[in-house]
Amino acid sequence: MSAPPPIAMLAELTHRCPLACPYCSNPVALLGKDAELDTDTWLDVFRQAADLGVLQLHLSGGEPASRPDLVDLTAGAVQAGLYTNLITSGIGLTPKRLDALEAAGLDHIQLSMQGTTAALADWIGGYKGGFDRKMKVAAEIKERGIPLTLNAVMHRHNLDDLERTIEMAVDLGARRLEVACVQFHGWATKNRGMLLPTREQTLAAKRIVAEAQVRLRGVLAFDFVPPDYYADFPKACMGGWGSAGLNVVPDGRVLPCHAAESIPHLEFETVRARSLKEIWYDSAAFNAYRGTDWLPEPCAGCERKEIDFGGCRCQAMALAGDAAATDPVCRKSPMHGVVTQLLADSLAEQVGDFTYRAAPARQV
Amino acid sequence: MTLDLAAEDVPYLPRGVRLTTDRVRGGTVLLAPEKAVTLDAIGEAILSRVTGAASFGEIVADLAATYDAPVDQIQGDVQTFMVGLRARVFLLVKP
Repeated sequence: MSAPPPIAMLAELTHRCPLACPYCSNPVALLGKDAELDTDTWLDVFRQAADLGVLQLHLSGGEPASRPDLVDLTAGAVQAGLYTNLITSGIGLTPKRLDALEAAGLDHIQLSMQGTTAALADWIGGYKGGFDRKMKVAAEIKERGIPLTLNAVMHRHNLDDLERTIEMAVDLGARRLEVACVQFHGWATKNRGMLLPTREQTLAAKRIVAEAQVRLRGVLAFDFVPPDYYADFPKACMGGWGSAGLNVVPDGRVLPCHAAESIPHLEFETVRARSLKEIWYDSAAFNAYRGTDWLPEPCAGCERKEIDFGGCRCQAMALAGDAAATDPVCRKSPMHGVVTQLLADSLAEQVGDFTYRAAPARQV
Repeated sequence: MTLDLAAEDVPYLPRGVRLTTDRVRGGTVLLAPEKAVTLDAIGEAILSRVTGAASFGEIVADLAATYDAPVDQIQGDVQTFMVGLRARVFLLVKP
């Protein structure tokens, strides 16, 4: 089956991170430092990506600043012709390092936000002092004029601060704000009872974002990911499986999306053994759910099939036990009752504390 | 607030927004934070004139002369295109 070239690549340079957010998008089985690709291999992967058609490179983690070679990796990505974006908590970005990243040609920084106050943010991130350090880094970024997106990951414990979050984005000089409601994969599923927003919070968030988009038009652009458990239709998985983006994990395996390891029957090939081009076009994992020919009913006969491609494969796996099923979030899914039940159950069990993301295992 | 440009306004692409040649698919792409917009010939003709020195009125006049088209029509097209980019903060106007 023919596929278009990929536009974007997420490079998860490391799983190491000083924070321990309970919704971390890294897999539950984390890779340690010893498993990570070395500098030269990453640089080769970046050149391969540019040759393949990738325009946007997202340097992510874990915390990418945990890699001592971050500046060299950035310089190599820029030399390969990629638009280079650093996705970071800010921890580990000293003024000196920001200067070096700027000199290397870094295009943009996406800074994560756990909460609007130190008490809230440090509790959610599981890292005392993290908020104050982040605010210092944000000021350094603003002073340098590095283009900034604030990525506010939202859930039951911070959605009521959405107005303040928007104000902070403007104050910090961000041009773009992602209001990203937690998606339930991996670590987040362990914390569903703590993280799922209420229906009232979801409705309020939609209203607040819509009003702010009008008020701040031309000042702050919004990307809004609403909580999909309350949606009528599912999210389009990555704009279509294997159609726009790919994700290289710290040890060099290549995934169609960051959560794809949750689909147990898929085997992911590695850049240590095959070229990125062969993996993108020819590997079984990338072809597994490409296009629309594989779609089950009711998706195959649905007028939205070219819009959402049956929804999220990882969510189908998690909620229906079958990655080839209709995403149960869809109101047309025969399994939609699972979502309704999860909402009822999760909203009933609101007490307790987070199960924090663990640190990667260290080899001794 | 209105994002319409006045004749004397000078539009520019802010840091982090730039044009590039897509050497795999061909054509010109506008790269912005976490976004890539494929430009058609008209978009490319407009943005190649956004130098940070030329005013909106000068850009419109240049396009009208180059394509031998009525200024009013060109102005409307350029306005719509630029307002769309301003709304996404891909294009700013010099203070």
